[in-house]
Amino acid sequence: MTDRTVKLLLNLTNIVMSILFITPLLWMVVSSFKPETRIFADLSSIKALLPLNFTLDNYKAAFDRIPMMKYLNNSIFYVSVIAISGLAVNSICGYALAKLHFKGREFILSAVIALMIVPFESILMPLYFIVNNLQWVDTWPALIVPFVANSFSIFMFRQFFMDIPNEILESASIDGSSPMKTFVSIVVPLSGPVFATVFILDFISHWGDFMWPILVTTGESLRNVQLGIQTFFTLPPVFYGQIMATLTFTTVPIILLFLLLQKYYVQGITSSGIKG
Amino acid sequence: MQTAASTKALNQKSESASLGRQKRRETVAGYAFITPAVILLIVFLVLPFLFAILFGFTKFNLLRPDKIQFIGFENYKILFQDSLFYKSLFNTLYFTAIVVPVQCAVALMLALLVNHRLKLRNAYRIAYFSPVVTSMTVIAILWIYLYNPNEGLINSALNFFGIPNQPFLRSANQAMHSIIFMSVWQAAGYQMMIFLAGLQGIPGDLNEASSIDGANKFQQLRFITLPSLYNVTVFVLTITTIQAVKLFVQPYIMTNGGPENSTRTLALLIYQQGFQFRNAGYASAVSVIFFLIVVFISFSMKKFLRDK
Repeated sequence: MTDRTVKLLLNLTNIVMSILFITPLLWMVVSSFKPETRIFADLSSIKALLPLNFTLDNYKAAFDRIPMMKYLNNSIFYVSVIAISGLAVNSICGYALAKLHFKGREFILSAVIALMIVPFESILMPLYFIVNNLQWVDTWPALIVPFVANSFSIFMFRQFFMDIPNEILESASIDGSSPMKTFVSIVVPLSGPVFATVFILDFISHWGDFMWPILVTTGESLRNVQLGIQTFFTLPPVFYGQIMATLTFTTVPIILLFLLLQKYYVQGITSSGIKG
Repeated sequence: MQTAASTKALNQKSESASLGRQKRRETVAGYAFITPAVILLIVFLVLPFLFAILFGFTKFNLLRPDKIQFIGFENYKILFQDSLFYKSLFNTLYFTAIVVPVQCAVALMLALLVNHRLKLRNAYRIAYFSPVVTSMTVIAILWIYLYNPNEGLINSALNFFGIPNQPFLRSANQAMHSIIFMSVWQAAGYQMMIFLAGLQGIPGDLNEASSIDGANKFQQLRFITLPSLYNVTVFVLTITTIQAVKLFVQPYIMTNGGPENSTRTLALLIYQQGFQFRNAGYASAVSVIFFLIVVFISFSMKKFLRDK
């Protein structure tokens, strides 16, 4: 086989697979912009995937029925708070575990690594018990505080900081800079990529939060987008177009964020693979 | 190099004077830096974990903590006689046993497909990866409509090939397989990325040397590429397995465990026992079993890792 035939075969297979992979999402987006009757009429032909009879009616109707904007703002707010405060708490912990010398460091490091294995599902019940006793149910702290510290993020930061040459840090400390000042003014500016990686991994994972918010948001005021669309789809009357509109609306922000920070997201996934 | 050397000299000069003070300062800073994370991890991870073990030995309603009763191993006794527990355990393991090899094989194939200098390579990658970024809630709802027995896109496609409408999620025989198919589609892009990183770590001269020796593309794949990916594969299998045993959102949204409990999983059982039936003691016992399964998987997979 020549290189050209190999390339042709690869391209053909890739095109077929790409179409298969993209079809469900394409149908979702296209249907959200179609009149309801058209969605069903087009179902049995290629027209199902073509944006015919473009309309925004589904979006208008859905937004009249549920406060999607509010759910979106809720999600953006609490997920950003988790991700940003997580950067502060986990980076500084990862730095101490990588570069500062103190008694018990190795023990803490092993404990942090061991904690990565505890599945959220197995602590669901007692976590709810604790949050309930703190009287946090249906308040922001219930959605945010338990998830700020993250053993995986601490580990990622630690691995990155290990590679920073000691000479840089030592010369700063000789100049009289405190460890905090060294961290903020020297280490942080050198570590943009790892901050971006941890941020987007954390953001995308909490954007999908579903099990926990069902439990701790009893009212409507703190509901996130995932709960919003889940409630909407169980709320009669059911219209395909409107449901596809809310699904598309929920997915767009995260796709944008992904495209923006794609490089760091992929780095996060692959570095976890190589170092794990 | 020169700066490193001069720093070292400087270091030695001031060493005796400030070493003690500096060491103390570093210790204090070290503890201060880890404190916020450590406190949060203890309160919201370690403590709940210990509570889960403790609650497993009690009869307990989450909303009435004052009425907690210690009943020893009673929950475990009930659990090991509960057919629903066995059903959930079976479903969880069944899902895992199929999803893990299929998903990893698809992911490896996709990685091999995009690991070439093709013009549209980035577009292909984004196509494979877009379901990964989309949240599981969105995907589960979307696929309920794709799987619709009467007016679904998938049945329309099957009709096109002369296959009659299938019940998918409405059938006890097909529901779990429908969830498996969807889950593979959703997550294969994730494992693809890890395989891709592994592929790019294979030195190019290995393939070059072999092609000079007359090896064709398939021989290269069989004798160079796949063996080089051994450790990456073990890692991918491990994380996919751990991910798979947690199966919750798909059955919760799509089938609520039905039809006929054919999609009830351990995570769903924990949730329903604990929060819908207010049976926190029993749910905690299931949680402990669940945790042991995850630990067992992680450790047994580690055994397969080879030293490079």
